[in-house]
Amino acid sequence: MTNREPVKRGAERQRPPVENASTESAVPASKGAAKHKIDLASQSKSWLRHHKSTARESLLRLLLTPLPSLMTLAVLAIALALPGLMFVGLKNIHQLSGEWQGDPRISLYLQKTLPVEEVDRFSQKMLLRTDLAAVELVTKEQGLHEFQRISGFSDVLEFLDKNPLPAVVVVQPLDNQKASLVKLQQQLSELPEVEEAVLDMVWVERLASFVQLANRLVLVLGALLALSVLLVVGNTIRLSIESRKDEIQVAKLVGATDAWVKRPFIYTGFWFGLIGSAIAWLCVQVSLLLINTPVGDLAALYQTDFELQGLGFIDSLSLIGVGILLGLFGARLAVGRHLREIEPQ
Amino acid sequence: MIKFENVSKRYPEGHDALRDVDFTLKRGEMAFLTGHSGAGKSTLLKLIMLMARPTRGQVSIADQNLAQFSRDDIPYHRRRIGVVFQNHQLLFDRTVFDNVALPLHISGYDEDDIGKRVRAALDKVGLLHKEKLNPITLSTGEQQRIGIARAIVHKPQVLLADEPTGNLDPALSEEIMRLFMEFNLHGTTVLIATHDLALVSRMPYRNLQLDQGRLIHD
Repeated sequence: MTNREPVKRGAERQRPPVENASTESAVPASKGAAKHKIDLASQSKSWLRHHKSTARESLLRLLLTPLPSLMTLAVLAIALALPGLMFVGLKNIHQLSGEWQGDPRISLYLQKTLPVEEVDRFSQKMLLRTDLAAVELVTKEQGLHEFQRISGFSDVLEFLDKNPLPAVVVVQPLDNQKASLVKLQQQLSELPEVEEAVLDMVWVERLASFVQLANRLVLVLGALLALSVLLVVGNTIRLSIESRKDEIQVAKLVGATDAWVKRPFIYTGFWFGLIGSAIAWLCVQVSLLLINTPVGDLAALYQTDFELQGLGFIDSLSLIGVGILLGLFGARLAVGRHLREIEPQ
Repeated sequence: MIKFENVSKRYPEGHDALRDVDFTLKRGEMAFLTGHSGAGKSTLLKLIMLMARPTRGQVSIADQNLAQFSRDDIPYHRRRIGVVFQNHQLLFDRTVFDNVALPLHISGYDEDDIGKRVRAALDKVGLLHKEKLNPITLSTGEQQRIGIARAIVHKPQVLLADEPTGNLDPALSEEIMRLFMEFNLHGTTVLIATHDLALVSRMPYRNLQLDQGRLIHD
């Protein structure tokens, strides 16, 4: 079937009427090569012209029935905007987790009995290490102070006669590979001054697995919504085929090829896909604009300079490309199923 | 031009529409196909149009056995045949001009060429001045003539008509028949299915008469 297509395109102008009475057994598909060659240029021109006029007519048809078209387009736009938005969300989470993953820290809880001078000396020893990028000392007093401030348990703490908190040295390793981090944590925890070395990795891992889950979720939902786009386009095209049944029958009767009959419906699918995804793109951009300010406020509260990422050029193109492909494919499905059934009676 | 060799057609539900039909229509010949409704006239035309395939026997057009034509070949086969229907099958969502131009658009003619040919066809059936109207506003006789214009616009080798005068009064019927005669004079092979025996008897053409699927008079 498919390998015949180019032949048919070229021959659409006129597969020459089978006139030569002398070759009785000839099958029309394979003959008239000479005539084809002469006319090839004008044939492909007429084929191109039909594509152009069909594309234009299908668009006009959509615009001539604005209400039903708009309904379909709205459904398509929503079905495409949802995965689009989820994708943008994912992209931002990726960005966030990427930022934080950049500087894992190891908190060294020192022995509670360690005198203040020893604590100082230890933190200076850490400073001299070449495998650490930064060292920060949080003394017992600072720790208590901070705890009081943050927890709101200041009253309770006043009942304690002794500071229960250890001094903490927070170090930031140079090498952020997970294996070397674990190794460094091991090494540091074995130092005599250190009671416990805690690698702030757990939450990073949690975030990573959360992101992975979200990834999967977006994929599954995206696939389901893509399927719904296919069904919506398919159904719309099916109705349109149904309403143009007479035209299809007459066209087939006066010699329209299957490709010729299919073309307007395929173009309808194309337009639905293109316009639907363009509206979806607009929806995504407007939604981002709406949440941009609150996100900025939130980021300010967390003292990060996080900035909401939009779709960007490539992803915008991808969204519209996917929309068009789904439209074309949905149309093909409907056309393949229903067009053969309509034959002149 | 049209050759039927022992053709039978039995529909899936068991009805025999044609039985052993055997005749030849030469290039440039004109003939009537008569018989009661249900005698098999429409089936015979459908076999020529490849809207149906014979159960037995062989149908040839221009010395080509239609059995060799695959589904993909059917459109190109139909482009050399013009058909006129009783219910004229016009499309009411477009003008008279666009109705007549449909076969030319399908065959991929140039836009200028289409304009010329459509006007020539409309001129032949005397409706050139109505090209911009919607066919729904025309009378039955005029609609039938539009149908004829559409059937002959691409200068087919064969012209088929199924009850072309079915809904028309005798004067109009005569006028339509005269049109067919004129096309025949220009070399087109014409086959007209009709049950208007009075009209047929006034015309000096061959009459293929069907009765319950059998050819009983030639």
